[in-house]
Amino acid sequence: MSALTFTLKTQPKQSVDMSPITPDLLADKSLAEIQAIPLQCGNQQLRADALFEITGSDSSQLVIHSSEKLNYLGAKLGLKLKSGNLTIHGNTGAYLGLQMKSGAITLHGNAEAFAACEMAGGLLHVHGNVGDFLGGALPGNRKGMRGGTVIITGNAGDRAGDQMRRGMILIEGNVGSYCASRMLAGTIGVMGKMGVYLGFGMRRGTLLLFNSPALSPTIQDCGSHTLPFLKLMFKSMRGLPSKFAQLENNRVRRFAGDAAVDGKGEILVFGE
Amino acid sequence: MNINGVEIDDTFAEAFNMRGTRVIITAQNLKWAYHAANAMTGFATSVIGCGVEAGIERELNSDETPDARPGVAILMFAMGSAVLMKQLETRMGQCILTCPTAAAFSGIEGDKETVTPINLGKNLRFFGDGFQISKQFGGKRYWRVPVMDGEFLTEETTGMVRAIGGGNFLILATSQPQALAAAEAAIEAMKKIPNVIMPFPGGVVRSGSKVGSKYKTMFASTNDAFCPTLKGITNTELSPEIESVMEIVIDGLTETDIRKATKVGITAACELGAANGIKRISAGNYGGKLGQFQFHLREIMSEITA
Repeated sequence: MSALTFTLKTQPKQSVDMSPITPDLLADKSLAEIQAIPLQCGNQQLRADALFEITGSDSSQLVIHSSEKLNYLGAKLGLKLKSGNLTIHGNTGAYLGLQMKSGAITLHGNAEAFAACEMAGGLLHVHGNVGDFLGGALPGNRKGMRGGTVIITGNAGDRAGDQMRRGMILIEGNVGSYCASRMLAGTIGVMGKMGVYLGFGMRRGTLLLFNSPALSPTIQDCGSHTLPFLKLMFKSMRGLPSKFAQLENNRVRRFAGDAAVDGKGEILVFGE
Repeated sequence: MNINGVEIDDTFAEAFNMRGTRVIITAQNLKWAYHAANAMTGFATSVIGCGVEAGIERELNSDETPDARPGVAILMFAMGSAVLMKQLETRMGQCILTCPTAAAFSGIEGDKETVTPINLGKNLRFFGDGFQISKQFGGKRYWRVPVMDGEFLTEETTGMVRAIGGGNFLILATSQPQALAAAEAAIEAMKKIPNVIMPFPGGVVRSGSKVGSKYKTMFASTNDAFCPTLKGITNTELSPEIESVMEIVIDGLTETDIRKATKVGITAACELGAANGIKRISAGNYGGKLGQFQFHLREIMSEITA
């Protein structure tokens, strides 16, 4: 069985809500039914086959050739089936992997804001860059990502991990400003450079850094330490398709804060 | 039945349902893992006075432990789950939390029907006074408690299973040194068997007991039938040439584990044979009325094990 593949016929003029197109929702549907799925495009509804060339049949291995006009790709993935893979070629819009629960999303391209928003489980692997509020909460909500693993091979925008509650975000490139702002718990790793206001309002959680950060006065130096728990963390990363899987050295400099919010979060910097 | 001149009695060991758990203790090196494990399994020879029976099961290489440091696995047994949980928590707090560089991890995992999660470091975290940090890896929760040597790392829970305690056998010899030498040989061999511990000092107990006493306050007293110095004035089990008896008590996770350990232990003792003064192997029981399990010596010794 070949993968069920959606290929854009033409670039849509308005943004499309792609949340009905996931392995969960397409399971047990015939090709005709899939072709007839209504998709919200701007202020009108279009049939799926009006936007996409649809080929193949295996909906558990979904492939989408996308553009930045497609939002909510992979939303709530794995909520029902507890599995399913979504592979995306090209750029995507906002809310990639919104509230996904299990399974895997692989993006070969860039995503816009709110990728992994309120994600609960599974693996989101982006071979490219993502916009602001990676792993954040829906506007107005108080808790962001609460489980699963996010790997970004490129860069992330501002507010990465904002209000993050649990899970792991691994960024191999750079991040913008306010990384780990208002973070509640979980782990964020950044291999590249950071913007300003790192850990602003951070309450708990761990930030792993490979470059010296510029820190606000409310985040305090606790000195260099060899931390045994990092060995467990590295072990849990071993199987991941990321540079983070090769970490060995558990010697870090520890910063704690944000004291302005009585925070017990930690920023661990390797190589210091 | 006679092995190498040693008579195997047609009797059985009587054993009981218990609850058991395993904890993996790691440290900077084996020396400190043993310091932690010895403290944790200290004063844990018999449930009668200690609450639990505990011992070191085996050494672990750094590639066998969760945090890639050398360690030891310990087993702990109690008559009920409440006692086991209480003792585990107390001993964790006084022996592992306190021991330099030591960390503790779950040693038993499995499905919900057979393995019950019990607190390992769950409540010790409060020692951190608000500075404790929880981390989850691979679906398991760990606690990092700041202490003066750095951080105390512990898994939140370990697993409790149904287990068996009180498997045993007796070594009867013509002298005390010979009886002890045979017991030592048996223990050396039995240490290699997984899932069992021999909780008494050095694995051997000399004060086997019978139920009841002439004193009203005592519910157990010396097993006079096996005391060599009472041969003439009591209803003895000993023939004239027996001068010393040593007992080995075995606690294990399953019936099969205890059977294996019994067989290996008796075999090692019998290898010394009649030539070294080992005359008889017997076992302790209460007439089969108290325990849920019976380990018949002859049956075990004639089993063909892989």
